[in-house]
Amino acid sequence: MTHNTIKKITSKTLIYLVLILHSIMIIAPLLLMILSSLKKSRAIFQEPFGLPKPVHWGNFEKLFVQQNYLSYFANSIIVTLFALATIIVFASLASYAIGKYSFKGNAQVYTFFILGLMIPIRLGTINIMQMFITMDLFNKLLALVIVYAAMGIPAGIMILTGFIRDIPDELSDAARIDGCSETGIFIRIIVPLLSPAIVVAAVYNLMPIWNDFWFPLVLINKDQLSTIPLATARLFGKHETDFGLLYAILTAAAIPPIALFVGLSKYFIKGLTSGAVKG
Amino acid sequence: MIRTRKRRYYLLLYLAPAAILYAVFMLIPILQSLRYSLFTGRGLVPDEFVGFDNYVKLFTQFPFRDRFINVLKNNFYYFALVMVFQNAFGFVLAILITRKIKGSKQFKTLFFIPTALSAVIVGFIFKLVLNPVWGIFNIALKSLGLEVLIRSWLGDPTIALPVLAIVTAWHNIGIPVIFFTAGIDSISVDLVEASRIDGVSVWGEIRHIIIPILAPIIGIVTILTFVGNFSEFEIVYSMQSVYGNPEYSTDIFGALFYRTTFGSQVNSVNDVGLGATIASVMFIIIFLGVTLIQRFSKRRT
Repeated sequence: MTHNTIKKITSKTLIYLVLILHSIMIIAPLLLMILSSLKKSRAIFQEPFGLPKPVHWGNFEKLFVQQNYLSYFANSIIVTLFALATIIVFASLASYAIGKYSFKGNAQVYTFFILGLMIPIRLGTINIMQMFITMDLFNKLLALVIVYAAMGIPAGIMILTGFIRDIPDELSDAARIDGCSETGIFIRIIVPLLSPAIVVAAVYNLMPIWNDFWFPLVLINKDQLSTIPLATARLFGKHETDFGLLYAILTAAAIPPIALFVGLSKYFIKGLTSGAVKG
Repeated sequence: MIRTRKRRYYLLLYLAPAAILYAVFMLIPILQSLRYSLFTGRGLVPDEFVGFDNYVKLFTQFPFRDRFINVLKNNFYYFALVMVFQNAFGFVLAILITRKIKGSKQFKTLFFIPTALSAVIVGFIFKLVLNPVWGIFNIALKSLGLEVLIRSWLGDPTIALPVLAIVTAWHNIGIPVIFFTAGIDSISVDLVEASRIDGVSVWGEIRHIIIPILAPIIGIVTILTFVGNFSEFEIVYSMQSVYGNPEYSTDIFGALFYRTTFGSQVNSVNDVGLGATIASVMFIIIFLGVTLIQRFSKRRT
């Protein structure tokens, strides 16, 4: 072996060492959380690093049977799906106008929307809360749908406009000559071509909406209307000393987004970098 | 004529839903906070005009001034720590991942997993793990024979904020890793090969090729971190309560804004006008910060 290959091997070893150490740092807390959720509280103290033996499902039983956990889950799903659908419909229409219609102030309209990426919506919470109280939407899931839809529009428009600009004009021009209506062009030509970008935009907005804690905290104070993050906080406060149950609460809240992310990671990474790396 | 009128009709039809929803429920409420900062009053709608009195109160009167200066200091400190623990370390990880190794994709996915979780959930996980009495972290230190390192991680005011910054970094490190690896992957192979033939070292490659090309992405990651850190709330709420325990050592703008505007369980007195003032100060800091970082990262390219 030459001096150079030895150097190469040691540097490779070092690279793997750092990456594996960081992987352990990522996995260890999550793994311990899951293991502890399957133990009785006493076993968590006595053998914090041991495997649960026997596996104790009691914590999850308490959570799903006594705490009505599935209804929180349903709330999160309803809010997320309706908000995403609104974002996709509104943002693809607006992106189509921005990307394909040349009009005065086109660039300004785009900037107007993109501004929203830089300013956290929570700075407007006071007025948002006032409006929902006046509209009688305080303590209603619809309030969350509206606020998340508004919050997701800037990113939706950023991602979709980028894709729409790349669609060649010839297709819609040909359809226009054939007498296809403007609405028809949008629905039959643009939307199908846009569908991969629609997935990216939806996935990009999925996590901030599913994971949001701020707006449920401020806008929802009925327990049965809690979304998962709010329900987690409420249950956490209510069962401060039942450690097995606490770990089960966290595990139940953590598994779905992790599974979703691993399944959709391709789209996440695309969405996350689409704006930045393009320029 | 009909054609242009028709075009204008469709243009409006397409733009209006997104524009109205976004303006009414996002842009205007943020601007309303600036307006409410000039008003005071009981209840949720401050209706008595007081000019800049709220700002005077926040900047000069006890105890508001002390809380304000404290969150200002803490928030910048927190941002600086996250820049190191999350973004500088994320940069190192991105460089390692892109060094022609096996499993680079798997590492990237793995490092992003915590980012898929809600910040409150991450905060609660570490609240349990770092508990001084039965937290797994101190037990692990003990079983490794590292008892000297055992601390009250959440109860010691000198280390509570760095601990919070590390938890934030654990949570969000996937973001810089993904951004930086995408940037490094976009660098042309020829450029890197040529520099290697010219005998440029790894350090030289990082300094003279990777960092200059990544400057705009470094700018974006810094902006995202700045905006996120100066509106952060969840991690403090879940690990240290809305008071930024212990002794306000983890109090940052998001927590102060929440307490002032909506009250808390212990102290239900709320002051919406002053809350709007804090939101306005946050807005100004974020605006100035973003502008400065943008200018700086543009100048470097």
